[in-house]
Parts: sequence; structure tokens; C-alpha cells
Amino acid sequence: MPDKSCLTVPGRLDQLIIISEFIAQAARQAGLDERDVFHVQTAVDEACTNVIQHAYQGIEGGEIILTCRRTDDTFIVTVRDHGRPFDPSAVPPPDLGTDLNARRVGGLGLYFMRRLMDEVHFEFDDKTGNTVTMVKRIGPRPQDDL
Amino acid sequence: MALDIDIRNLKRVSVLTIKGRVDSSNTPELESAFQTLMDNGRFRLVADLSGLEYISSAGLRVLVSTLKACKRYNRGDLRLSNLPPRIVEVLDMAGMTPLFKIFDDTVGAVGSF
Repeated sequence: MPDKSCLTVPGRLDQLIIISEFIAQAARQAGLDERDVFHVQTAVDEACTNVIQHAYQGIEGGEIILTCRRTDDTFIVTVRDHGRPFDPSAVPPPDLGTDLNARRVGGLGLYFMRRLMDEVHFEFDDKTGNTVTMVKRIGPRPQDDL
Repeated sequence: MALDIDIRNLKRVSVLTIKGRVDSSNTPELESAFQTLMDNGRFRLVADLSGLEYISSAGLRVLVSTLKACKRYNRGDLRLSNLPPRIVEVLDMAGMTPLFKIFDDTVGAVGSF
């Protein structure tokens, strides 16, 4: 793949499918296997959904800027926006309990991002906006717990 | 592909064949399909997911809320059939596999009611 590929889209839910296709293409070109492609697509879909619904609070007009790049042993995706920052540590862990009636919903998106990627970092800056950086290692991982 | 939902009402059970991609842009469509069936008194549901390519956490929440709603009624349930491996992986990761009765094929799921 080229060193870096970028996509800028309006921060709207109807763009999620375009984002997903862009990520799949970049991840395949970077040499990820189909399972890892699916993992990255899922993590990025959840990250962008959070941007649209929480950072931009469903208000149209903001942009999402995606960048994919490959290093020797990683595939790195950044998702940038200029919406409201949020504190990932304030999101409670999801309820994975098996009691259907007691089960709370929510928090799964962030949980999926962290489970499916090897690293997830958040940065919030008044000038450059909010950036989520997600890293997938390429090739065998030290432990494959999925 | 985008989301495609086909509904067949059998004598006692309704089968929804859900194909394509479920993300936050179309979860209201999925929710509405389930809700319309329940509004018409159909609480024994089978979701055939053989053609489901992707489901986000928002889509999973719709499955769980529908399951809860169906189970409030006598012998109501949402049962799943024909799950592609990737969808099983996502359900497992969300800890949702134990919540559902899951079948290898739709005939078995329908016959289980």
C-alpha cells in the first residue's frame, strides 16, 4: 500500500459504509488477513459512530478525517474530529452478565475497540481536535485471546 | 451491501432473514421491523443471519432489546439461526451468546417453538 491513505467524510451515519469500505481496502493492501480486516473495520466503525453521536452530538456539519498507514509490523488508523472531547475513562465498562433482565446496555463500542485492536489511544487538543489512534499488529500476536 | 430484511410469517413463528450490514445508520430500520411484528402480536421470532455481513454494537443492542420484549409474552422468544463465524465472534465478545438460543439452521429454530 502507499505509505499513507486518507479519507475525509462528513460526520454522518450514512457515511459509515463508505468508511468501512475505505478501511477494508487499506487494511487488505497493508497485508492484513481477512479476520484482522474485519476487526479493524469493526473498531473503526465503533470509533466513528462515537464521533458522530457523541463528539458531534448528531449535529451535521463536522468532518471525520481518517488516516491509515503501515509500519513494518503494525497497521495504524487515526480518526480525527473537531467535536466535543470526551473522557474515555468516564465510560463505564459494559455489562457482560448473562442475566438478561438485569443487563445494562451501553459501553460496548469502546470495549469492542479495545478488544479488537492492540492499542487504542485518545488525544484531545483545542487546535487539532480529537484524535483516536488504533494500532493493529500484523502477523502472529503474542497471545490471541479471541 | 446495505441492510435487507425479509419477513415470512409462518403459522406460529415469524422468520426474519437479515442480510448485509447493520450499523448505527440502519439500526432504526431493524428495530422497526421487530417492533412491527411485536405490535401485530408476533413474539415468536427467528432471525436467520446467514447473510449478515456485519453487526455493530448498536445492532446487538437491538437484538437484546427485542429478546427482552419477546420474552415478556407467553413462550415468546427471539432465536437465532445460521450465524456466520464473524457474527458468532462479535456475539461472544459482547457476552451475548448465552442469552440467545442459537441454531445451525432455520428449520430447527422454527421447529423449536
